[in-house]
Amino acid sequence: MSYAQALRCRECEREYPLEPSFFCQLCFGPLEVDYDYEAISKVMTRESVAAGPPTLWRYAPLLPCDPAYKVDPGTGYTPLRRADRLAEAIGLDTLWIKNDTVNPTWSFKDRVVSVAIARARQFGFTGIACASTGNLANSVAAHGAHAGMDTFVFIPDDLEEGKVVGSAIYSPALVMVRGSYDDVNRMCTELSHDQPWAFVNINVRPYYAEGSRTLAYEVAEQLGWRTPDHCVVPMASGSLFTKIWKGFKEFHEVGLIDEPRTRMSGAQAAGCSPISTAYAEGTLNFRPQKPDTIARSLAIGNPADGYYALKTMQDTEGGAEMATDPEIVDAVKLLAETEGIFAETAGGVTIACLKRMVESGHIRRDEETVAFITGGGLKTIEAVQGQLTEPLRVPASSDAFLEALEARRAAEAGVAVTAGGA
Amino acid sequence: MATVHVRFTFEPDLIQEPLIYQLGHEFQVVTNIRMADVDASVGWVVLELEGEPDEIERSIEWARSKGVRVDEPTLGDVVEG
Repeated sequence: MSYAQALRCRECEREYPLEPSFFCQLCFGPLEVDYDYEAISKVMTRESVAAGPPTLWRYAPLLPCDPAYKVDPGTGYTPLRRADRLAEAIGLDTLWIKNDTVNPTWSFKDRVVSVAIARARQFGFTGIACASTGNLANSVAAHGAHAGMDTFVFIPDDLEEGKVVGSAIYSPALVMVRGSYDDVNRMCTELSHDQPWAFVNINVRPYYAEGSRTLAYEVAEQLGWRTPDHCVVPMASGSLFTKIWKGFKEFHEVGLIDEPRTRMSGAQAAGCSPISTAYAEGTLNFRPQKPDTIARSLAIGNPADGYYALKTMQDTEGGAEMATDPEIVDAVKLLAETEGIFAETAGGVTIACLKRMVESGHIRRDEETVAFITGGGLKTIEAVQGQLTEPLRVPASSDAFLEALEARRAAEAGVAVTAGGA
Repeated sequence: MATVHVRFTFEPDLIQEPLIYQLGHEFQVVTNIRMADVDASVGWVVLELEGEPDEIERSIEWARSKGVRVDEPTLGDVVEG
């Protein structure tokens, strides 16, 4: 069973039945799932959660779908790792990395898609669809295959080959759309009105977005049933950011943790920063942008939840930052070199903005901080190709290798090595 | 007759223009403001447009030609990473 009891408008609080709809008929505000928290608090204890499966379904009472309809490739309950070397490099006492690169299709999108597809099946949809530039497409294609549903994935026709293959391997109906970014948006919105499919982030968006809250539940549980001082979260639509905060508050409401006092800060790429720019300008009204950044998984120029992300920053005394493309690449490398985690460019945005926030004093050294790494680096290798240390190329001789190694070390130490030297 | 919901976003130089009034006069379209927020730097308004489908489409194109950004209300970009 599910403890979801209604959809509620985030603006006027009008209630609607649990149906595939996403906006309020009265004021056009976005709809959000409302739960019977009192009933949940009676069935959900720290012990019952700990006894659950090592996936996001351990939090089933707080999900907006009947678990009987779940499609479970093993999403969630990803590692929360202490990152001492990175903490030292950027000037923090305690830093944790929530490593969502290890999900079944290597990104946090598996959380939202797992929940959306379960609810879509519960509604009786036999088809599932999305429009994406990468991670969402991969996840919908994989889940659709696992569930045996008709699957439709719309992608721009200029997408990198790796991302096309990452969806095509699951054999969905893969549609490469010729046209501008806005054209693709418009076309998919029209299709969502006409076709009997669950477009995960359109007609079942209220349920889809709820999957992100599991990141907050996991962090609180993995920290020993408490929340950190500060969270740094990448922002595209702003949905993930707002849902992590909602997740902390809900865990408190059902009696699993004390009242959260976490400061929520968001990270965007400078080439697509409508939310961070609005924060810097001190307004809750963001201005849509045309994205131009290597962090394509965050390239949402007109973010649906931008206003709510800015409100969350205000409510939690958090903030927002933005990072340039070179800073993003440097941060991807820094995370890999210090912690052994290879993140996609969105992870670089998070770490680069975290670094900026520590340098500016927005995050104090003694604030225990969690950085959310939401996708794996093999998805965006082109971003770092040509910017890494060249391998040593040697003949198959140990002497040649040792000589080359010594030369490399000397060069790194800034010692000029001449042909007859050393 | 058809009803269409749209979100208009105005840049600062358009905020003082009476564009919604003009749209109602230029086209056989009834405009109904359902939600809005405007400040000195940027403004948006969610509208219900009622009229013949072709006339609504022409009125939206006219708004675009004036520099208004036109989107689905509440959705934002549906192409995600």
